[in-house]
Amino acid sequence: MSTPTLSRPRSTSPSQQGHRRGGPAFTRGMSNRGGGFASKLTVNGLLLIGSAYMVVPVLWLVFASTKNAADLYGTSAYALGNFSLFENIANVAQQDGGLFFRWLSNSVMYAGVGAVLGSLISVMAGYAFDKFQFRWKDSLFGFVLVGVLIPNTATVLPMYLLASLVGMTNTVWAVLIPVLCNPFGVYLARVYSASYVPAETLEAARMDGAGPIRSFFSLGLPMMMPGYITIALFQFVGVWNNFMLPLVMLQDQQLLPVSVGISIWQGYSVPQPEFTPMVITGSLLSIIPLLVAFILLQRFWKSGLTAGSVK
Amino acid sequence: MATQALTTTVRRQGRALAGTGGRTAALFLVPFFAVFVIAMIAPVIYSLVLSFHSQQKSGLGFGEAKTVFVGLENYVQVFQSETFMEGIARLGLYCLIYVPCMVGGAVVFALLLDATVAKARKLFQLLVFLPHAVPGVIAALIWAYLYTPGISPLVQALQGGGIQINFLDSHVVLPSIVNIGVWEWTGYNVIILFTALQAVPREILEAARVDGAGEIRAAVSIKFPLILPALSVIMLFTIIGTLQLFTEPNIISKATASVTSTWVPNLWAYDAAFIRHNLNQAAAASIIIAGLAAILSLAVTRLSSRMNKS
Repeated sequence: MSTPTLSRPRSTSPSQQGHRRGGPAFTRGMSNRGGGFASKLTVNGLLLIGSAYMVVPVLWLVFASTKNAADLYGTSAYALGNFSLFENIANVAQQDGGLFFRWLSNSVMYAGVGAVLGSLISVMAGYAFDKFQFRWKDSLFGFVLVGVLIPNTATVLPMYLLASLVGMTNTVWAVLIPVLCNPFGVYLARVYSASYVPAETLEAARMDGAGPIRSFFSLGLPMMMPGYITIALFQFVGVWNNFMLPLVMLQDQQLLPVSVGISIWQGYSVPQPEFTPMVITGSLLSIIPLLVAFILLQRFWKSGLTAGSVK
Repeated sequence: MATQALTTTVRRQGRALAGTGGRTAALFLVPFFAVFVIAMIAPVIYSLVLSFHSQQKSGLGFGEAKTVFVGLENYVQVFQSETFMEGIARLGLYCLIYVPCMVGGAVVFALLLDATVAKARKLFQLLVFLPHAVPGVIAALIWAYLYTPGISPLVQALQGGGIQINFLDSHVVLPSIVNIGVWEWTGYNVIILFTALQAVPREILEAARVDGAGEIRAAVSIKFPLILPALSVIMLFTIIGTLQLFTEPNIISKATASVTSTWVPNLWAYDAAFIRHNLNQAAAASIIIAGLAAILSLAVTRLSSRMNKS
């Protein structure tokens, strides 16, 4: 059903990109004659306004986390009041015996396992769809595409209902098992396998007597490594951001990821405003790992977006 | 075209790798389909079963509740529920405001970024992508504070300019939540569209320029049609995404009474399961939401493949 749009892999072949990247210096120099000062100002001005809209709320979070409750309501938003960032961090760390860091490490655990193991599962399946011939291949891949199109939240309550039938709610498994399932990762892996792993290499390995499993782990997987990292990165972010699944599945505060934990604190802060600085500082602390990952792994998320949608 | 090319490659490779047939493939596919069945198929089937049953207590309300087959009664109740239908209508309105704002914004920004006079492209890309690294919960929290009078620089600035606006008022809260979605997702789609724009052959643009087309003309009549395929994929995922709406209203509902516990269908289902403790109705509502998603994505794919053909 969705095959027409979704299974249209690779439009920008590496050679095309290379050509694009090599060409512009000259072309752009030429066209600059067309763009006068006014249009330069308009375009860059609009870009600046758009970026400001994206950045200012995060900046506000940074400024707000340096304030204590009184300053938060008392001073102007971007002014530095009494610098209480460290005091706020200490409060966050001490609350309920360091529960916040427990939440943070839970998030790392859920997202880490989901990313490393879940992506391996997806990559194996995508590789098989690309490289092997077997019966019902198309219909099985159809299932994968249907899986891509079903919204996550639509299956959360059904998963909860099933988990409570078998008594699995309020365990780490209730969160860990669902996050291993990443149909979009399978779709991406098939694209990556088609473009990174030449059939000739595998054929040569087979001639040399390597079995299919050995050639996957010693040839296919290393060649697909950039794709694997991309899928894992997106999976990591997806699980880290997951809110409804852990909210529904877990009651024990010791098992919560940081997203649900913070939302509980937000609930406290309504009757007790002194919780507000902790909610804000906790929010900031919880996005730092992701920001760092995104800046360091820029190359990968860009290639992931390209592979997934443009092609 | 590309699909055909891919299938032929796959076929050729398949022949070359004769001997790696069903059994090996199964080995590679079993882990994925195992989690797929556990995390998607089994829950949906179990919910279907639940949705056709109901818990009924004996006449006096004492004793064990019995599970009775009730056919479509749960579905009828869900559809007759005023709050559920209001939620659907609200979600439709949300979609109507959100999709044009977000997709339109992303297209404009990507075209600006691709304009020949644009500076510092790398930096701008990084900045617009920043919100995507912020989890939905945190994004909703940040904006909840930015909407709260007394703490928000935004409200303060507007008041300074003589504008009194309560972002959390029941008439304004929907656009306020749309804004959170726009903030979270525009940058992500800008990057996708910008990459598509980069693939537009420069020769075509150069030819247009020689023919006297200005920057804006080239953007509208050459670049835009060429990124339509990417745009249709974005539309598909955006529409599926809107049906997921849960996190933002859930967070905002703690800051204001304007967002009720049944504000959108997902919240309604959550409320049915955990507040009203009617699991059968919650199951029926989940099935309705999943079905709605399936119908919508089918419609969008059909439409976009027709558009791409013509």
